[in-house]
Amino acid sequence: MSFILVAEQILNGLQFGVMLFLMAAGLTLIFGVMGLINLAHGSLYMVGAFAAAAVAGATGSFLLGLVAALTAAAVAGAIIEVAVIRRLYKADHLDQVLATFALILIFSEGTRWAFGSFPLFLDIPDWLSGPVSLPGGIQYPLYRLALIGAGLAVAAGLWLLIERTRIGIQIRAGENDREMIAALGVDISRLYTLVFALGAALAGLAGALVGAIQSVQVGMGEPVLILAFVVIVIGGIGSIKGAFVGALLVGLTDTLGGIFLPELLKLVTDPSTASTVGASVASMAIYILMSIVLILRPTGLFGSTA
Amino acid sequence: MIPERLLNALILAGLLAVPLWALAADEPFTITLATRVVILALAAVGLNIALGIGGLVSLGHAAFFGIGGYAMGILAHHAQTYTALDLGLFTVSGTKSMPVIWLVATLASMLAALLIGLLSLRTSGVYFIMITLAFGQMFYYFAIGWAEYGGEDGLSIYLRNSFPGLNTLVPIHFFGLCFAVLCLALFLHARLAASPFGLALNAARQVPGRAEAVGLDPKRLKLLAFVVSGAITGLAGALFADLNRFVSPTMFSWHFSGEIMVLVILGGTARVMGPVAGAALYVALEHWLGGLTDYWIIFLGAILLLIVLFARGGIVGMLSGRRQAGD
Repeated sequence: MSFILVAEQILNGLQFGVMLFLMAAGLTLIFGVMGLINLAHGSLYMVGAFAAAAVAGATGSFLLGLVAALTAAAVAGAIIEVAVIRRLYKADHLDQVLATFALILIFSEGTRWAFGSFPLFLDIPDWLSGPVSLPGGIQYPLYRLALIGAGLAVAAGLWLLIERTRIGIQIRAGENDREMIAALGVDISRLYTLVFALGAALAGLAGALVGAIQSVQVGMGEPVLILAFVVIVIGGIGSIKGAFVGALLVGLTDTLGGIFLPELLKLVTDPSTASTVGASVASMAIYILMSIVLILRPTGLFGSTA
Repeated sequence: MIPERLLNALILAGLLAVPLWALAADEPFTITLATRVVILALAAVGLNIALGIGGLVSLGHAAFFGIGGYAMGILAHHAQTYTALDLGLFTVSGTKSMPVIWLVATLASMLAALLIGLLSLRTSGVYFIMITLAFGQMFYYFAIGWAEYGGEDGLSIYLRNSFPGLNTLVPIHFFGLCFAVLCLALFLHARLAASPFGLALNAARQVPGRAEAVGLDPKRLKLLAFVVSGAITGLAGALFADLNRFVSPTMFSWHFSGEIMVLVILGGTARVMGPVAGAALYVALEHWLGGLTDYWIIFLGAILLLIVLFARGGIVGMLSGRRQAGD
């Protein structure tokens, strides 16, 4: 257990965390503004990854793939918002869960029908591959470092958008009092479509970026979706800041837990039990974290108490 | 429109008639399909108590289904390998006896439901949905990592477990057994819904503030409903594992939680026979559409979407002409 290993794992945790943030930010924004729980958010992540893999595979350009991912996810998001989601804002959470569950079934099987059951591969571009040397003698893959940078840049951009622009003011106003801003002449249904498409684009971007280090396959969005739920439960639903802090906490806990829990258990039991029990407990670490946050603060770290 | 009482009797009679016809026509596969309907309906009856009467949108009921399944898998695995089950303080031997397995499955899922309920009921609304989903997923990953009991591959049981006085290997015997359990659960639901507890729970769902003001404790009522609900779904898990003679982590997967919720809604939320009608339709669609196309799930999704958007009361609601249960 050296300094270099620990530093690498912290970077891995950060990378995982910022990608979770891209998912969680869209979810929490959609819930905050429209009061909608969207299970199909993971499908938009999958749409982004497939679009990127298909376009990058056809053109050979990773950047075009990213553009395709953002566009495809945003368009898919806008379409389902207008066709289905719009009818659900006034419905109760149960109907929202079922309708978006139905959307998952349609998206997953539709993708399987279009692309087949075999995973696609999205290659890391040449200019982002290979390791870089960081201070302290750490060798770290450039692409993962770029993911951390991209995630942080999107987080900053999102903060600017929400705090410093006209659209952002409308979004924040929509969270507080949707009737009032409708009365003030803001086209609320267009704003909702826009917010939904923005959340979808973030999910699609995350899918494309992560797609290059994992395989692109049907159902890839669901584990991420559930982790994003854990993130926003920890951070507090509706809070972008909460999503950011929660995502980093979950990313670091999950990555570091897998490394350190077996090591810690080795101090008290024999190595083979320590590694098997440690692996099981590590897979539960984020849920234990979530339980602790819930016991201390039932509405999450940055959630409103209402 | 058909009165709901008559409709309920027709649904139950239909569910009994199909396997009896299959027995006469010598089509054992149809009996197995009917058994599948019965067991899925039982799981959904469990969820219907929490969801329908208590208003608890639990997206983690696969946890109880899986716990029931693994209770059966572990006990039968130790019995068929003649190894002792080490419980830390003492060891027990495995068993192939269904009544014992059912007891263990029910108790284990009750315990899990109590723990999950205690934590999840600290919150409500969307938080509750996400937290139950996350806890369900926790069990899923735990089962995948549990190498002692097959990890990702799961456990196979060579012979179906036994029940005194019946030959469970004969499909119609096993169907009859499951059907009897389902009838008991339906009876329990009907009695529970009409009992002081059910009425109080209904009040706690509709107007928690007023329920509290008249001296009821909404949280305790909901916790009790959640535990009863988990126990029934857990029992269904044990039966499901026995039907397939196989348990695997997929029993814990959140897709299954979504599916049993779909069964409840297809049939009609909070209606006694809703889960039975929903499970029958689901298995029929799976069988019929699945024969037409490999991508039948797309059509299932579309049907589900249409029902949620346009037919709120589910099948029982449409046929009986009453949109809300208990109108």
